Amino acid sequence: MDGLVYLKNVVTLKLDEQKCNGCGMCAEVCPHRVFQLNGRKASLRDRDACMECGACRRNCPTGAVFVESGVGCAAAVMSTLLGKQGDCCCGPGAGDPVGGCCG
Amino acid sequence: MDEFELPVIQQQRGCDCGENLLTSGKPMPDVHQSFVRGVVETAAGRLPKVSSTLSRRDRWGAVRARLSAFRMAYRIDPGLYALGEPDGQSPVLVSANYKMSFDVLRASLAGRSAWILVLDTRGINVWCAAGKGTFGTEELIRRIELSGLRKIVAHRKLILPQLGAPGVAAYQVKKISGFEVLYGPVHARDLPAYLDAGCHATAAMRTMPFSLRDRVLLVPIELRGAMKYFFMLPAFFLLIGGLGGPKDFWSNVTQTGLFAVLALLGALIGGAVLVPLLLPYLPGRAFSVKGLWVGLVIAMMCIVLREMNLTTWPGRVEAASWFLILPAVSAYLAMNFTGCSTFTSLSGVKKEMRWALPLQIAGGLAGVILWIGAALMF
Repeated sequence: MDGLVYLKNVVTLKLDEQKCNGCGMCAEVCPHRVFQLNGRKASLRDRDACMECGACRRNCPTGAVFVESGVGCAAAVMSTLLGKQGDCCCGPGAGDPVGGCCG
Repeated sequence: MDEFELPVIQQQRGCDCGENLLTSGKPMPDVHQSFVRGVVETAAGRLPKVSSTLSRRDRWGAVRARLSAFRMAYRIDPGLYALGEPDGQSPVLVSANYKMSFDVLRASLAGRSAWILVLDTRGINVWCAAGKGTFGTEELIRRIELSGLRKIVAHRKLILPQLGAPGVAAYQVKKISGFEVLYGPVHARDLPAYLDAGCHATAAMRTMPFSLRDRVLLVPIELRGAMKYFFMLPAFFLLIGGLGGPKDFWSNVTQTGLFAVLALLGALIGGAVLVPLLLPYLPGRAFSVKGLWVGLVIAMMCIVLREMNLTTWPGRVEAASWFLILPAVSAYLAMNFTGCSTFTSLSGVKKEMRWALPLQIAGGLAGVILWIGAALMF
């Protein structure tokens, strides 16, 4: 993806191929093509591209995907550290990059 | 209001705002909202009709929302809307009740007819609401029932934006409501191609890029966030610059103090404008590192522009102070841009912050102490 990659080997994403039934939902919902389907099982194609949005875990009917989802936002992490109610999100939505709650 | 049971979801609700969703809301959206262009009579009652052409008022609202002035109030009634002249076979598209999400969706469907089911996401866009769970399985199932959708369409398919997937478990929606969830493309602009291909999205439609355009649109938000810090600092630097320095108070304020304010403004623009724009080209994976390089270049420029005398100790100390302060400021602001990017994970941001934040604070403080020292040395 055009040179935009974040830190290596840090995400909490795990795939249990034993539990996978090959439905392909994880590959469908992932916005960063982290998964690929090999025959009747999913596998991790590019784990470091994961942004931990949690779409795959939420849509996996067999519980084969694990990821601790959250928003990768430094301001939100700081608000939480300072004990404020972290309610921040400003990632690009479909065609509307703003509309979150930063600021 | 239809009563229904959601045993599966009620047990695993991850959002503390679920209670209100179960009690609030009218079944039908108001037909008197500014963007409504008529009504349609359906088996489930009278529904507002909308057009795929945005009015001047819609466009102006979008500009204001992007400048983040009136964003929180930019919401529409949840419920079912008719786009064009839909019938029982028309597709059902699901959106959020943030008006810009709704407008982007309908504007992408010029010349088509569809039903648009708007979920109550508290005026937040699809992506952010899905992360919180308000654009979620429970609200979707509830809204299907409230809207009377099953009386209006003959099929049992819903098209959701792919970015809603973090909040919606398609298999649970199917199990409880009988409606099959199809995830559409990431961008609404790809919807016509997706629909024409029989609800098939290409790999490109499924990925979320972070284009220059996306980044440019985020700059006003970044600047606004950064300005919050900036109002405090100039007064401090002007005062200390005036009290120290080689000449009388007011000459010092206009020379040492004003230069300090301009240098900080440079670091602010570096962190909140240049880093977003140059993001793919700056070296380093951590955003703080990207910001650090920008800050170092700005510090270098400041020293050249100010023609600092590096042969004297006050000159050297002042130069050193800017080499600490400016990179710390722009690295910090760059780090904050992680929240706006489309590819940073929470685990990654936490890892970055663990080493970067202490360094930024230490660098900034050390720099300020050196700068005060240099000002008093004269």
